[in-house]
Amino acid sequence: MYLCGLLEPVPCGLSDTMLSKSMQKYSIYALLRNALNFHENWHRAWRSPAPKPEYDVIIVGGGGHGLATAYYLAKEHGITNIAVLEKGWIGGGNTGRNTTIIRSNYLWDESAAMYEKSLQLFEGLSQELNFNIMFSQRGVMNLAHSLSDMRELKRRVNAIRLNGIDSEILTTIQIKELLPIINTSPQSRYPILGASLQKRAGIARHDAVAWGYARGADSHGVDIIQNCEVTGMLRKGGCITGVETTKGIIQAPKIGIVAAGHTSVLAAMAGIRLPLNSYPLQAMVSEPIKPIHPCVVMSNAVHVYVSQSDKGEMVLGAGIDGYHSYTQRGSFHVVEGQLGALCELFPIFSRLRLVRQWGGIVDISPDASPILSKTPIKGFYINGGWGTGGFKATPGSGWSFAHTIARDEPHELNAPFTLDRFVSGALIDEHGAAAVAH
Amino acid sequence: MFLINCPYCGPREESEFHPAGEAHLKRPANPEKLSDIEWADYLFMRQNTKGILLERWVHRHGCRRWFNVARDTRTNKVLHVYQMGDSPPTQLKHIKP
Ligand SMILES: Cc1cc2nc3c(=O)[nH]c(=O)nc-3n(C[C@H](O)[C@H](O)[C@H](O)COP(=O)(O)OP(=O)(O)OC[C@H]3O[C@@H](n4cnc5c(N)ncnc54)[C@H](O)[C@@H]3O)c2cc1C
Ligand SMILES: [Zn+2]
Repeated sequence: MYLCGLLEPVPCGLSDTMLSKSMQKYSIYALLRNALNFHENWHRAWRSPAPKPEYDVIIVGGGGHGLATAYYLAKEHGITNIAVLEKGWIGGGNTGRNTTIIRSNYLWDESAAMYEKSLQLFEGLSQELNFNIMFSQRGVMNLAHSLSDMRELKRRVNAIRLNGIDSEILTTIQIKELLPIINTSPQSRYPILGASLQKRAGIARHDAVAWGYARGADSHGVDIIQNCEVTGMLRKGGCITGVETTKGIIQAPKIGIVAAGHTSVLAAMAGIRLPLNSYPLQAMVSEPIKPIHPCVVMSNAVHVYVSQSDKGEMVLGAGIDGYHSYTQRGSFHVVEGQLGALCELFPIFSRLRLVRQWGGIVDISPDASPILSKTPIKGFYINGGWGTGGFKATPGSGWSFAHTIARDEPHELNAPFTLDRFVSGALIDEHGAAAVAH
Repeated sequence: MFLINCPYCGPREESEFHPAGEAHLKRPANPEKLSDIEWADYLFMRQNTKGILLERWVHRHGCRRWFNVARDTRTNKVLHVYQMGDSPPTQLKHIKP
């Protein structure tokens, strides 16, 4: 249906290759123009090509990190003959299952540099990708419930500020002013002694991050191939040469594994053992309500983290289950414990109804820090171990991993996060930052 | 939530138990002779099996005894429970992971 012939009908059968060359710019004018023809002529945001027999680089895993890697490989390093292979749909893994907390208040210098780079990239990402990722810097608060919590928090805030990252301490009264619904009674089971606050931290729309990077990568010519599971690795001597997939053999001299919970499974196909264990991590959302929760609250001690989405739902994260699993669901008692603590902290939530609950599979490393690394096999690179907290790192991870693949050496940002650290002992112990999933 | 059949107490809810990871890891016989790479392998590297995992559990809120479990990590189905020191059941090896 076209408006009385006023507008030229655009042929619907635009071929896939044509689309990539002419990415539609999203703007208020494009919105108005498309409104005139009932929004029937928007182009697809990315193509769905059949895989070619050979690429320069193959990225396994179409989550945010994999798509960001492909985007920066094309944009920063001029490598565009790339395939991103995704066994399901893009963003359907942990990228589309997480509670979207973005912050850079990490203790150690190595992590602070990585997460701060990511936060800075997030700050310009909607413009960079011409895609609204709904990044909202509403502040993240970490609660202290005991004297030792409070001491630890102060130490962290000092270390973080020394790295030039914004962070401050709030008193109980300041917390209550910012967040009137929180229970600050000294009689509470989890009394609140104070908190740290990073004002530049916040949340973003998770699938928009995946879609924005996908659209950006596609416009540079990257092939995003969904419903294509990698089932084997092809090697010749000490070099990687390609992958076996459900859509046939695809060859490439460089392969990057960016598969979160399935990192070990893919590395094992190439005979590489990793220091990772995969666990279920759960989250849930409530029915939508009026705005009552202006920032993000995390409590490591009681395993609660909560924010309110723009739709009004309360987004609630739980802790991990203790056992290994690939089921994408966790146990009920974990949810029960988390909701009990939540209602103690926010008594008003006791009448909220939950509408959805789900699980993702997170890959946890011994020091709770990621692995962005070359491997003993030439051309075979690994980006994993982000565990419960990698959404916030999506841009920086893709950016530095692209460098690692393009130059065959790590960028100084990810040089501390190699596999070698488990041999040398130079671990980056962020268990304190990741005592709770986030 | 799943049930685990404690070899000493019978079937109980998972929340009474605590998992402790991959079973049958061999302590190095001559620790002083180990290279750094061998140490890293023993301390950190894990199979992280997708399929039938042999793992250790302890009945923490029950008899407090340790035992081994064969569980399919794709479904959480507990396939077999056996005592510490026993070798894994051979028939499980034929189940395709
Ligand atoms: C419940 C929950 C809450 C979380 N909350 C936060 C938070 O608040 N803040 C934060 O920073 N982080 C959080 N995280 C962690 C965060 O989600 C992840 O670290 C991050 O999204 C990982 O991104 P990724 O692109 O590496 O992985 P994914 O998005 O999981 O992408 C990996 C992709 O690889 C694909 N794949 C796997 N095997 C194969 C194969 N054989 N062939 C082809 N493709 C394959 C998968 O289908 C998947 O799409 C949370 C995670 C969960 C589960
Ligand atoms: Zn028992």
